Amino acid sequence: MSTAGTWPWFARHEARLAWRDWLSIMTAGHRGRERTLALILIVFVAGMHLIAFGMVAPYAGIDNTAGKVRLIVITSGVLLSFSLMLSQAMESVTRGFYARADLDLILCSPIDAQKVFCVRIATTAIAISLMAVLLAAPFINVLAFEGGMHWFGAYAVILAMGATATAIAVALTVALFRTIGAKRTRFVAQIVAAVIGAAFVIGLQIGAIQYYGTLSRFALLESDTMVALAPGIDSIVWWPARAMLGDGLALAATISVGLLALATSIAAFSPRFADHAIAASGVSVGVTRQVRWSQRFRKLSPRRALRAKEFTLLRRDPWLLSQSLMQMLYLLPPALMLWHSFGEGSGPLVLMVPILVMASGQLSGGLAWLAISGEDAPDLVATAPVAAGEIIRAKVEAVMTCIAVVFVPFVLAIALTSMICAVVAAAGIVIAAASATQIQLWFRAQARRSQFRRRHTASRIATFAEAFSSITWAATAALAAAGSSVAVVTGLAGLGILAGTRLLRPPGR
Amino acid sequence: MATDSPTSMQPASPAAVTLRNLTKSFDRRAVDGLDLTVRTGEFYSLLGPNGAGKTTTLRMIAGLLRPDAGSISVLGIDALADPVAAKRIMAWVSDEPMIYDKLTPFEYLEFIAGLWGMESAAAEASARHHIDWLGLTPHAHERCEGFSKGMRQKVALAGALVHDPRLIILDEPLTGLDAGSARLVKSVLRERVEAGCAVIMTTHILEVAERMADRIGVIARGRLIAEGTHDELRIQTGKHGTSLEDTFLTLVAEQDAA
Repeated sequence: MSTAGTWPWFARHEARLAWRDWLSIMTAGHRGRERTLALILIVFVAGMHLIAFGMVAPYAGIDNTAGKVRLIVITSGVLLSFSLMLSQAMESVTRGFYARADLDLILCSPIDAQKVFCVRIATTAIAISLMAVLLAAPFINVLAFEGGMHWFGAYAVILAMGATATAIAVALTVALFRTIGAKRTRFVAQIVAAVIGAAFVIGLQIGAIQYYGTLSRFALLESDTMVALAPGIDSIVWWPARAMLGDGLALAATISVGLLALATSIAAFSPRFADHAIAASGVSVGVTRQVRWSQRFRKLSPRRALRAKEFTLLRRDPWLLSQSLMQMLYLLPPALMLWHSFGEGSGPLVLMVPILVMASGQLSGGLAWLAISGEDAPDLVATAPVAAGEIIRAKVEAVMTCIAVVFVPFVLAIALTSMICAVVAAAGIVIAAASATQIQLWFRAQARRSQFRRRHTASRIATFAEAFSSITWAATAALAAAGSSVAVVTGLAGLGILAGTRLLRPPGR
Repeated sequence: MATDSPTSMQPASPAAVTLRNLTKSFDRRAVDGLDLTVRTGEFYSLLGPNGAGKTTTLRMIAGLLRPDAGSISVLGIDALADPVAAKRIMAWVSDEPMIYDKLTPFEYLEFIAGLWGMESAAAEASARHHIDWLGLTPHAHERCEGFSKGMRQKVALAGALVHDPRLIILDEPLTGLDAGSARLVKSVLRERVEAGCAVIMTTHILEVAERMADRIGVIARGRLIAEGTHDELRIQTGKHGTSLEDTFLTLVAEQDAA
């Protein structure tokens, strides 16, 4: 048993909270589901190993004598993972400043807050690394099984990446705090995190579109131009890739850099962490903007009032807007491709249609959650003299209006080149949006809007149904745009997913 | 400004709320065959220990919960058969103010006016009146996110009053309010009662019930165990000259012992 107030004591406390938080997320807060969860995880891990076998087994023979093209591809994979880990770390560190759960208790206790923040930064690094390990483990295990033990070095590379990502995230967030202040840091940090997370993959896609007219990243990575531009084969740039391939020296160097970065970050920033947390708590989020008192009431029907309220709340919450519109970043490459391939026939457009349909489903799911479940004054709306059906209709209208605003320009642009693709895209966007909204209606659970990021914890069924529905409709739209009759089969599968989800909905919905 | 003192009730006042055999169960029976009548122009305070069924009862009247059995009549309207008509004439205020952080009080009241289908000019006049009355004028066009608990509760109260309800249901509306805000809320409610509105309020602050309520209902284990003016409750317990706190604790203890 560790002594209260010591580092191990705090570490134990944090570990317990993190474990219970994770368990609560995975079981949606229902006790007694641990055994079911364990079974699901075993099946998931086994399934992932099978998928991994199909995907990476042919590459297991690669070792540290690999050529430049291989090193470029592996390094791009490392950078992609690192950008996602960095994005995740920035969100965690920002939450560390602003989430008040137990900060007030800790900061008013007679304990050195520096210890707490040291442990929290380290916990962030571990949590991010573990999440990446969970996703990468099947691939690493398959490579090790097929290619040899040297592949296990990839686990250590992931831990080093987690440590480095956390160190950079802490430095970036603190730098934002000091330059733009506590009030703006939360919002800006979220945007920066999103951009970092998406920038690498989007950048590669944009490069591929510009130079090769395709969305495939490999066209760019394996090109002669890239090989010519990349550093020499002995460059330290390839050390993380070489570490993954079992080069002992590169592995030791990668781990050392990661741990050193994390230690430096903890030593440099944890003493001031408490000051920033206190500054964040003192941020008045209120906007004391005064407008003219002569502003008039408008004549609003109940439905119009509800719609106007939804639009206003969304427009005025930049954090929420950035969260829900995050996936719109991924529409940048299709938009560029649309512009790039204008007038070249419908071929490239067929690739765009599923991306738009997928984005529509995902965006609708988020917006529908905000409008339907994320109602901050549920009792007020429920006690209004408006029929429940009318309230729901107004909220669905608000969601669909947002979807129309985002996607109509894309559909119109496609229509200039191919009317068939435009019609298919429009139909797919509407069906995917309607499906995601319907799933949210079936599984609605009252929550605060600020809990948006944790909306998936309310129902695993809804989360998976939403994802699979969007994927299926995207596939259907792609096949239909390509003129394949197999679209009928995937379309029926989409309907089957909806029917199955309907059967699993909570009673009374 | 009205005083806190209760007004005398006219026995012939029509019923604003009539509950008959109201029953609701969750894991256990929360409300157990409750019969209750509140008249127009009456301030009725519903008291009871934690878990007695007060909030469940009020939420059923407000249309936020569906009873398992029984009937609810609001000013002659069957609230279970025609909930929209019943909601049109009532307002609900909970201990947690139901407001939107990103709206200003003015916009919040405009939203409520839209929900209640009010004519815009009348709604605006009413909104300005209530904003002014509750001392919110300097903050009418600031977003609510920076407001204190007291200010948030005042905004919620303005929202409840803006559509001129004939029945106001309040669940612990004074929780967390400072003395000034609490006094303002009490005086606003008293004024509405004098204008003929019925008010049903739960509170754990027995002094408030003692000073404001025309009649007090004591509920325990989902049942109404005593009802009347403070004097009538004293007589029922056989303890003359005692405070409402003593009377209440005696009634609840007797119920627990039974």
